[in-house]
Amino acid sequence: MHSKAPWSLKIAAGLGLAFLHLPILLIFVYAFTTEEKSYQWPPPDFTLKWFGVAWERSDVWEALTLSVKVASISTLIALVLGTLCAAAVSRTRFFGRETISLLVILPIALPGIITGIALRSAFNLAEIPFSFWTIVLGHATFCIVVVYNNAVARFRRLSGSLIEASMDLGANSFQTFRYVILPNIATALLAGGMLAFALSFDEVIVTTFTAGQQSTLPIWMLEELVRPRQRPVTNVVAVMVVLMTLLPIIAAYYLTRDGEHSAGQGK
Amino acid sequence: MNTLVTPHTYSRLARLSDYLWHHPKQVLIAMLVLPVLWLGVVYLGSLATLLIQSFFSIDEFSGLIKHEWTLKTYQELFVPANLDIILRTVLMAALVTIASAILAFPIAYYATRYAKGVWKALFYIGIMLPLWSSYLVKIYAWKLILAREGILNWLFTSLHLDGLLNVYLALPVVGGSSLSVSYTGTFLVFVYVWLPFMILPLQAALERVPSSLLEASADLGASAWQTFRHVLLPLALPGLIAGSIFTFSLTLGDYIIPQIIGSSRLFIGQAVYMQQGTAGNIPLAAAFSVVPIVIMGIYLWLAKRAGAFNAL
Repeated sequence: MHSKAPWSLKIAAGLGLAFLHLPILLIFVYAFTTEEKSYQWPPPDFTLKWFGVAWERSDVWEALTLSVKVASISTLIALVLGTLCAAAVSRTRFFGRETISLLVILPIALPGIITGIALRSAFNLAEIPFSFWTIVLGHATFCIVVVYNNAVARFRRLSGSLIEASMDLGANSFQTFRYVILPNIATALLAGGMLAFALSFDEVIVTTFTAGQQSTLPIWMLEELVRPRQRPVTNVVAVMVVLMTLLPIIAAYYLTRDGEHSAGQGK
Repeated sequence: MNTLVTPHTYSRLARLSDYLWHHPKQVLIAMLVLPVLWLGVVYLGSLATLLIQSFFSIDEFSGLIKHEWTLKTYQELFVPANLDIILRTVLMAALVTIASAILAFPIAYYATRYAKGVWKALFYIGIMLPLWSSYLVKIYAWKLILAREGILNWLFTSLHLDGLLNVYLALPVVGGSSLSVSYTGTFLVFVYVWLPFMILPLQAALERVPSSLLEASADLGASAWQTFRHVLLPLALPGLIAGSIFTFSLTLGDYIIPQIIGSSRLFIGQAVYMQQGTAGNIPLAAAFSVVPIVIMGIYLWLAKRAGAFNAL
């Protein structure tokens, strides 16, 4: 029996979703406004001019390039470390197993400002100058958990009998990993990697502490938020950032959804 | 012996494979050494150096850090001005958590119990998109909404409700000269930005509630409210607690939202930022950042006892 949803629930859920989405849609309207000095609503007129202006801005491009580089390398590190952790935690029960999962979650369970200030004071103490790599170090630390969560969920569904069957049929550990484990966890890793990329691409709190003088795209945005100088350009960059994060998220959704039917699930 | 395995293929690699198969402990250690080095040494090491600094103090005359063990810096936390900051932040975090839970419940419940097929996918994406959209873009959107010449003021004026808004802004504490410099503005943005973090664990918990239980409750004569209060809510509680860990912790440590939208009164995150930056008082900044760690430590311990980690 499936009763229909009561109206009150429908309305509450609908309003909740509207609350989540309307503010972002508003930015899309602002990207086309002709007004450049204030946030006037309704916009006096619409223009495509600001997209061209933003395209010509070298500081935006530099920030974007740095963000993409940092996010790519942090994601790679997080993929390796997160998968290793997930594999170890899900395939065996060992002393300190709980501690490891806590350790992985800690960087996002604690407020970002603590991770940031802790890393900064450690860099100061060790006399490590701020660079590209100090940013990556911070980002990879909190990206591990995203990959870990995705991988752990998939490892749990991956039946142990599949691995045993592979071994029984004469495959060695490496062949089993290459031909049995990897194909089964690949989509989970890809999804985890994309989410890690999105997380790093967007991170600002830890970055303000570990970046020194360089500016990633979120730092560029933050400066515009604190001291608005180029409102129309900021609107366009904001729209671009929304569109750029949209694609990996939808892709990650489809990848993990198909993974629910992964082999060996029918235990 | 398997006939397929010729001596030729029984290579060094295969021998290594056999070795690994017979020594699972070594494999485990090999797998864990890198992540544990990274998180245990780099991350926990940094946290430790931060915590140690909170036991140092700053010399009032030279402004240099005195490397002597003292609790003086912690005493400074209990100065009325600093205590205010802590209480303000904790209260805000609690209110944001409660509001998120109230807003999240209908969305999560509808998505798990009534959304089917395409709608289920739409709901999922509808929650994931705001979760993963850029944090700064979301704050920026609210800067546009709450601006004096922005859409919210325009809406109130066109509906001839601007009098009502002015009465609200004239209220003490929650009001201010405009919404974008009031606690109400800060609160709205906090709820908006952290809401998806409440929905997802709640949804995970609700998905595990068998609908037969709810039907049984209704069959036994419980009203919708009674079913919610005595069946659904207790079963969803681990999810609510898991979500509250996020909303609470994220609000405790945030320094950007109150800086951009809010009154000039400080939150813990801003205090940490100011103390380590312009004020150059690292020990006090460290002591301030111990506050959320302690609060979250207690919170996580309680959550673990309530079994909330199974819903993460």
